[in-house]
Amino acid sequence: MTRHEAPELNKAAITGGVGSTSRHDSAHKHVTGEAIYIDDMPVPAGTLHAYLGLSTIVHGTIRRMDLSAVENAPGVVAVLTAKDIPGENDVSPTGLDDEPILADKIVQFFGQPIFAVIAETRDAARRACRHAKVEYDEQPALIDIADADLKNARLVTKPVTFSRNDAAAAIAGAPRRIKGRIRVGGQDHFYLEGQIALALPGEDLDVTIHSSTQHPSEVQHMVARALGVPSHAVTIEVRRMGGGFGGKETQANLFAAVAAVAAKRTGRPVKIRPDRDDDMTATGKRHDFLIEYEVGFDEEGTILGVDYTYAARCGFSADLSGAVTDRALFHCDNAYYYPAVRAISAPIYTNTVSNTAFRGFGGPQGMVGAERVIEEVAFALGKDPLEVRKKNFYGVTERNVTPYHQRVEDNIIHRLVAELEESAEYAARRLAIAEFNTGSEIVKRGIALTPVKFGISFTATHFNQAGALVHVYTDGSVHLNHGGTEMGQGLYVKVAQVVAEEFQIDIDQVKITATTTGKVPNTSATAASSGTDLNGMAAQNAARQIKDRLIDFAADYYDVPKEQVVFLPGRVRVGNQEIPFPDLVYQAYMARVQLSAAGFYKTPKIHWNREKGRGRPFYYFAYGAACTEVSIDTLTGEYMVERVDILHETGKSLNPAIDLGQIEGGFIQGMGWLTTEELVWNEKGRLTTHAPSTYKIPLASDRPKIFNVRIADWSENTEASVHRSKAVGEPPFMLAISVLHALSDAVASVANHRICPRLDAPATPERVLMAVERLKAATAR
Amino acid sequence: MTRHEIRFLLNSRKVILKDVPPERTLLDFLRLEQGLTGTKEGCAEGDCGACTVLVGRLSRGKLVYEGVDACIRFLGSLDGCHVVTVEHLKRSNGNLHPVQQALVDFHGSQCGFCTPGFVMSLYALWMREPFPSDPAIEKALQGNLCRCTGYEAIVKAARSFSSYGNVEDDLLLAERETVTAELLAMRDGARVEIGTGSDRLIVPASVDDLAEVLEAELDPTIVAGSTDVGLWVTKFMRPIAPVVFIGGLEDLRTISKQGGTLTIGAGVSYTEAFPVLSEHFSPLARLIDRVGGDQVRNMGTVGGNIANGSPIGDTPPPLIALGASLTLRKGKDRRTIPLEDYFIAYGKQDRRPGEFVEAVHLPLPDAETRFAVWKISKRRDEDITAVLGAFRLKLADDGTVADIRIAYGGMAATPKRALAVEAALLGQPWTREAIEEAISAYERDFSPISDMRASAKYRLLVAKNLLRRFHLETTGHPGPIQVSRTSEELLA
Repeated sequence: MTRHEAPELNKAAITGGVGSTSRHDSAHKHVTGEAIYIDDMPVPAGTLHAYLGLSTIVHGTIRRMDLSAVENAPGVVAVLTAKDIPGENDVSPTGLDDEPILADKIVQFFGQPIFAVIAETRDAARRACRHAKVEYDEQPALIDIADADLKNARLVTKPVTFSRNDAAAAIAGAPRRIKGRIRVGGQDHFYLEGQIALALPGEDLDVTIHSSTQHPSEVQHMVARALGVPSHAVTIEVRRMGGGFGGKETQANLFAAVAAVAAKRTGRPVKIRPDRDDDMTATGKRHDFLIEYEVGFDEEGTILGVDYTYAARCGFSADLSGAVTDRALFHCDNAYYYPAVRAISAPIYTNTVSNTAFRGFGGPQGMVGAERVIEEVAFALGKDPLEVRKKNFYGVTERNVTPYHQRVEDNIIHRLVAELEESAEYAARRLAIAEFNTGSEIVKRGIALTPVKFGISFTATHFNQAGALVHVYTDGSVHLNHGGTEMGQGLYVKVAQVVAEEFQIDIDQVKITATTTGKVPNTSATAASSGTDLNGMAAQNAARQIKDRLIDFAADYYDVPKEQVVFLPGRVRVGNQEIPFPDLVYQAYMARVQLSAAGFYKTPKIHWNREKGRGRPFYYFAYGAACTEVSIDTLTGEYMVERVDILHETGKSLNPAIDLGQIEGGFIQGMGWLTTEELVWNEKGRLTTHAPSTYKIPLASDRPKIFNVRIADWSENTEASVHRSKAVGEPPFMLAISVLHALSDAVASVANHRICPRLDAPATPERVLMAVERLKAATAR
Repeated sequence: MTRHEIRFLLNSRKVILKDVPPERTLLDFLRLEQGLTGTKEGCAEGDCGACTVLVGRLSRGKLVYEGVDACIRFLGSLDGCHVVTVEHLKRSNGNLHPVQQALVDFHGSQCGFCTPGFVMSLYALWMREPFPSDPAIEKALQGNLCRCTGYEAIVKAARSFSSYGNVEDDLLLAERETVTAELLAMRDGARVEIGTGSDRLIVPASVDDLAEVLEAELDPTIVAGSTDVGLWVTKFMRPIAPVVFIGGLEDLRTISKQGGTLTIGAGVSYTEAFPVLSEHFSPLARLIDRVGGDQVRNMGTVGGNIANGSPIGDTPPPLIALGASLTLRKGKDRRTIPLEDYFIAYGKQDRRPGEFVEAVHLPLPDAETRFAVWKISKRRDEDITAVLGAFRLKLADDGTVADIRIAYGGMAATPKRALAVEAALLGQPWTREAIEEAISAYERDFSPISDMRASAKYRLLVAKNLLRRFHLETTGHPGPIQVSRTSEELLA
């Protein structure tokens, strides 16, 4: 026994097991400043700093690049351009070779990295960048997809079409038809910790990189390609990120590659950290969309057929735009059944930064399109939009096939919405609001209740796999490692809870360790809300392997049937005696039992044929609903979110406290996307909202005045997910669509709800006021 | 007397620095030189609050601690201060501070990167208001961005932090007397001068000393709160030396009332101005609450907001509407001008070489004067103005407009009066019809620009609508005339 305290031999339960509200494993370090982010790590003596030189035109060729003044600037050790990349000058995650690390001759957006300065200090590197003399031959550029011909525009990757039954015929034959379009803005991730990498050169070809990334394996592959070395030479480690939200799924690649190239070239450690403005200018964001729709419906509000085009501003390269626009289409139904549907994607090339993953991954934009169609139908018929929503919900046993031909088998939206409608007092408040609006000339109120149904799994089926590594040491303490990364979402603690539960030991006996490609290889990005589902199962698998060996050992050693070896809190019952877990572990060790295991998991049942637009891409769906009330000022467009009620399900929650944090945080982030977060490019194609002074994410005072958030505790995953829990990273983000629709409802009141306000997103005070003006003018005519 | 070093307290120890580059920020000093990496850089422009630290300073002999953004606070401006970072909070026995423990227990951190900044802002709140209301919590957090939690858990922690400990037991408060004595001992009445040639920083000993310094220096950068100049350095890498730090001048931080005039010293911070303005100009106090976050209000000064001449500064339009005047000083000479005359054109003000803004004077309104100011921005709090309108009105006995002053920010290259609109209203009855008649004069007064904050069209419409709102407010419109964060209850 090497433990310091005697284990309690008859405790009823472990601390920190599955279903407990364990705090974030780093919470006590977050609050003291002791949690170490990459920029906080003590660096070896001689560490250099890299800074990127960015293009100052939007599209053209580099005629001449004179970097002599940069090279001669104080403290500069080296300057890298495209020709200095020893391997492939590319970080395209989908193998399209369309995303140079440093632009070679051709510049495709304002702010594209064209060279990198390596200097003794970060300040010296940053200052030196300013001395570059670059001459360009400018070429015409496309900045905004609104200026593109959607049918004939250049695309960054192959589009997709979903089709079920004859949508055109259904629309043509419908009693009522409406056509329209909606603009949905993009979104900067605004992770508080910006992009950063620290590369430490090693022996031979080796390099170790601390990278703030959601996808260590991809960074490893990209760095290996850039260096022209085998993957085995590159190790990526990440203990934690200061926020990711999708912004570090692929966007960390470039920074790690530059740091690695610089480190191998100089033989010294190199750190790279852009400042906030450069980070926001040079890294991808959520795609903004232009959605065109046509819907055919009957007088009752039942949708008969619908046709969508989802065009997205993808930027200059494909990055993940194919999958993002696919996922928009996967959510063009939200929770609604379309008897006939056609939806096509248009991932459009633009001369802007290459847009990327962001919480929801196109799904939110897909749903915004669906909810606009519902709204149009409701206004056309003079109905409460909620009535139209409910009328079109997927059925449970029928009317349950999606536009991609997957059957919805776990539908709980009816119960969720019914419960929320009641607890939020939707009907009574809707009446009260109407009365208020009659008596209030300037301030108007609005309310909306919207559902969320979100598909869980990577739609690229092969990503749905994960690995884990678990060691049990001879004192009974456990080392846990897996392929998932921690960006604040609480993945590490949830997976540790799963392992603690398996061994029936307290969670403080499980050491959570930094994600590294050296321990668990070939991992998928921590993305698509999949972190816990995949890595939790892989870790459980590893723990069970060890547990099975312990059971075999105990049964043999104590000569009892295996069924009589039972893991109890802190101990193992073997026959009729109870042995402290550490004691049994030590006995097993002495008997030469392997106490380490690599776990693995792959999601069952899923398959997807993109060419045919058919399959079962999702293992299951996650559901939720939100009811939002707002007030708007019809003189200024200013608004206030008065009250929000949320009912969201997470299956059997592994950790209700962590899940609640995801729901609240996701909602507020979604609200920011649809309200005050506005990306603006000027006429030169330069992003003018590239810092928090100009790009406005929500503050504490933007929270709903009343915020009632509940987890549907009756829910349980119908599929065999880890402890029947459900993914929670992305789905709550889309609950915020209720805010957009509440604003729209308030705007609509100025024209007695006879005109659909067609409020675009983000619904800034300006857009709200202009919609009010539009409706007032239309009413006056 | 001139000293060639700065002295301050950093957590528990005294720091003496002889080599202080003029552009060195407190954040870089903490992180790069001191290895105090708990304080984070999130934006380097004073908007996200991840770098929040407390700075204690003596104000009329009393020690006050205020949250500031270390990213835009210059190291050279800290002479005689006590800098408290997040590393100072955990007790030597390993116990967390009540504010920290509350955040842990309420799940107030996710990625944790913004958390030290939240801890420090909440710590400042706890010290001044151990049982804060929700509006007080929200105000205290206006300068801190969190991208993960949605703030709910953080607000819950703030509501409960006092159940984790008594503010009386707080280390900073317990050591108040010792620290006060140490800071007092650092005050030697000397001017601080570090560096040579133009690469110099100067901390004058007094306002008179400042006047002397400015007469002797060729075009130095005058820095009060550094909420603007800080960005010249962090964002644009502009050299600012020689630089004169005036934030520590207590005799520039005075507010006095004489006769019917309120005089605010140029060094008075927004935070310091707030209580006095609340008393005499409550709409202006409410506006102050929407200038930056707490950190920026603790640093930024009314004088600086005027002096830098920005067309989107929040205080000039209401001050102009209120008929404020400005005293500029050069050496021993002073001149006082109407505030509106100070703003000549974009980037051009009526400030002569060697001159500095010393004070702003505000005539106190009588009971009949109506005054309002409204700021319109994309995000309600901690945002930069899209349009800001200020209105002062006096009606004659017959209900006609006897006097009206209207000034706007965000509508022109300078803060600007709506003279044509004023003329159209003067002598007219204060009726909706007269307002609508006068609205057409706006195009003569303003042709605003479109930028990332708002379009020209929106700016012009909102400017007009703010006059409409002012009319509704002054005529007792029965319904609500604007949305509100705090006031009325929900309907159902």
